[in-house]
Amino acid sequence: MLSRLLWLLRIAWRNFCYRALSSFLTTLSLALGVALVVLVLAVFGIVTEAFSRNAQVGYNLVIGAPKGSAMQLTLNSVYYLSQPNENLPFTEYMEFFPAKHRAEMVRKYGGDPALGERDGVYASYIQFDEASPINFPFFALDGESVAELQAAGIMTLGDAAAHYKEHDTFADLEGVDENQSALLVDSLGLRGFAIPLALGDYLGEYRVVGTTPDFFEKLRHGPLLEERLGFRDGRPFKSHSEENGYFEAVLGIRVAKTLNLKVGDVFNSTHGDPEGDGHGHGFTVVGILEPTGTPNDRAAFVNLEGFYLQENHAKPLKEGAIVVPPTEAPVDAEGHEPLSIPAREVTAILVRNGKLMLAPGMENEINESMRAQAAAPVAQIAILMNSILGPILSALLVITLITCVVAAVGVLVAIYNSMNDRRRDIAVMRALGARRETVTGVILLESLLIAVIGAAFGWLLAHGAIYLFSGEIEDRTGVQPGIFATSAYELYVFPLVLILALLAGFLPAWSAYRTDVGSNLAA
Amino acid sequence: MTDSKPTLEIKDLIKTFSQPGGGSLTVLDVPEFSINEGEQVALIGTSGGGKTTLLHLIAGLLSADSGSIQVTGIELTKLSEQGRDRCRAAMVGYVFQTFNLLPAFTALENVQLGMAFGNRPIDAARARDLLARVGLADRANYRPKQLSVGQQQRVAIARSLAGRPQLLLADEPTANVDPASAENVLELIIDSCRDEGVSLLMVTHAMDVAERFGRVDDLASINRVLQSA
Repeated sequence: MLSRLLWLLRIAWRNFCYRALSSFLTTLSLALGVALVVLVLAVFGIVTEAFSRNAQVGYNLVIGAPKGSAMQLTLNSVYYLSQPNENLPFTEYMEFFPAKHRAEMVRKYGGDPALGERDGVYASYIQFDEASPINFPFFALDGESVAELQAAGIMTLGDAAAHYKEHDTFADLEGVDENQSALLVDSLGLRGFAIPLALGDYLGEYRVVGTTPDFFEKLRHGPLLEERLGFRDGRPFKSHSEENGYFEAVLGIRVAKTLNLKVGDVFNSTHGDPEGDGHGHGFTVVGILEPTGTPNDRAAFVNLEGFYLQENHAKPLKEGAIVVPPTEAPVDAEGHEPLSIPAREVTAILVRNGKLMLAPGMENEINESMRAQAAAPVAQIAILMNSILGPILSALLVITLITCVVAAVGVLVAIYNSMNDRRRDIAVMRALGARRETVTGVILLESLLIAVIGAAFGWLLAHGAIYLFSGEIEDRTGVQPGIFATSAYELYVFPLVLILALLAGFLPAWSAYRTDVGSNLAA
Repeated sequence: MTDSKPTLEIKDLIKTFSQPGGGSLTVLDVPEFSINEGEQVALIGTSGGGKTTLLHLIAGLLSADSGSIQVTGIELTKLSEQGRDRCRAAMVGYVFQTFNLLPAFTALENVQLGMAFGNRPIDAARARDLLARVGLADRANYRPKQLSVGQQQRVAIARSLAGRPQLLLADEPTANVDPASAENVLELIIDSCRDEGVSLLMVTHAMDVAERFGRVDDLASINRVLQSA
């Protein structure tokens, strides 16, 4: 049975080879169709990937000025695209911290001491009282895990925070596995943070992002948010260092590669837009990030303090503003000291609620305050995907389907046109004992052969092209496509092409089925 | 008279064709015709006398309007088209006037095609052996267009015997080859059928070809349509 089937395949293959030019052109047209389809899907996959993987940045809310849309806020603070919204006063950022930390900020930057006398209005959503004992049934925190913590001498949230900071997990404790550890981390609110961003400057075409060392310390990326921002070279910048004062910077991999900057180099950012005036004080590159496949690859991160110290970055002080000079701020060799709190602004704040269940409440409270707006980037990305990319995907899929159908019609025309030449061959096979179904099968197999070869060749062509341009794609999107990376929809292309080819082969196969043996043998 | 069983036995066979202008035309009315096991018969007749139609009926490529055609005792007229296909693949070999080798295949593959549609295994060794027997062992990988017409017909003879048929039908196999090759082809068919124990029915309009056979029948004598014309 198998040998007969192989013989039929051999007959189909011989027919394919015999009409070499026609077969080649038909297969090529199918291959180009499939390549186009795969490329279209790959492009969509890359765009989708670029957007969705960037949603996994480790924070659940972005806070910005109330003016402008949540989408704009997400685009400029998550993707570093679009124009930045207006700025928020630094005091809005301070609202995410308890009194102790706020007082520390006043001492470091200078400002109204009254700011340090109360907890920030949103602090309770993020921070915790380090002295609180771990003896309560937190949401999703089972008693057994708490018992294990206590058995290990971790009695307070402060102890838990210290342990987590040192070990990065609780799974090292006996009786606590990875899942329980993750539950503990989330339930204890240990991942809560608020990180400021100051935008508006450029390094070449890339965004300069003023932020704090927390950006590298606390943010995670990757599908499970398990990856820290790694350094290919150097280290994270410091708030203040002996050698570079307040002017240290870390570059995303793409920025470093494109601008050929390395650790130790100094760059000057431009104000307002890529063509804007250059700032006078340069930043020294102290670190280059590993590739993350996120917009962070395309950003130059500078110390927020240095960012503030650039000309025109200080907000003019309002009349009557209380500014007590800082008491804990280092003054660098050039006499720079941090900008005072009333003169500081932030463009956005990246917030992760330690206890995610508290996020909606905080989001509502911020939006109702009218002083700021909170946007959930994942929701905004979903809106973007559904409202823009979704219809584009549908359109692309329709184009894909039409392309496949056109290619299949090409197969039909090619085989059907060859039927006149091969009626005699079919009649001979019938005279040798082949059934009508057998010759029909040969034609369908030939159609399938064209489909399989064309689809395989087209797939390789498309992925070869993707591989060839992967550097360019990575440059422009931050996504690193591998040669064998496939879109989920790509898996449907091959069977779709096979089905269409079978349908295309049906008409000539029917013609073969109906071939009159007597008249064609006599012809 | 021999004791052997008939390989082919036809009784009261009638075949008519519809005509383009309506009505029908009877081309064959054969009351009786048979060929015994191993017998070699030349059927002589003029063009348009129904020779090829008779061969197509015996091969099961056409269905009879009435009457009986038995090949090795199997009643073809009672079989479905698929049944006739199976019977043809298993028991009947066919040599055409125009060779009808498939151009995409080598000589060896063309011979193997003779076994591809029956129930027996596709035996490459037998195909090579048959090619050697027709003197084309060294042309096994040649394509038909690389062979002379005489060589092509020899490949066609090898192909017709590949499926170990019990009846070989030859439709003017020497008509399209030069006289020297014709002699060679004729000899090959006759000798090969004898060696393989295959009954042979060759239709021809050439008397000199028919004279090589022990039994020569005139189509006009077995087809009542021609008698009444």
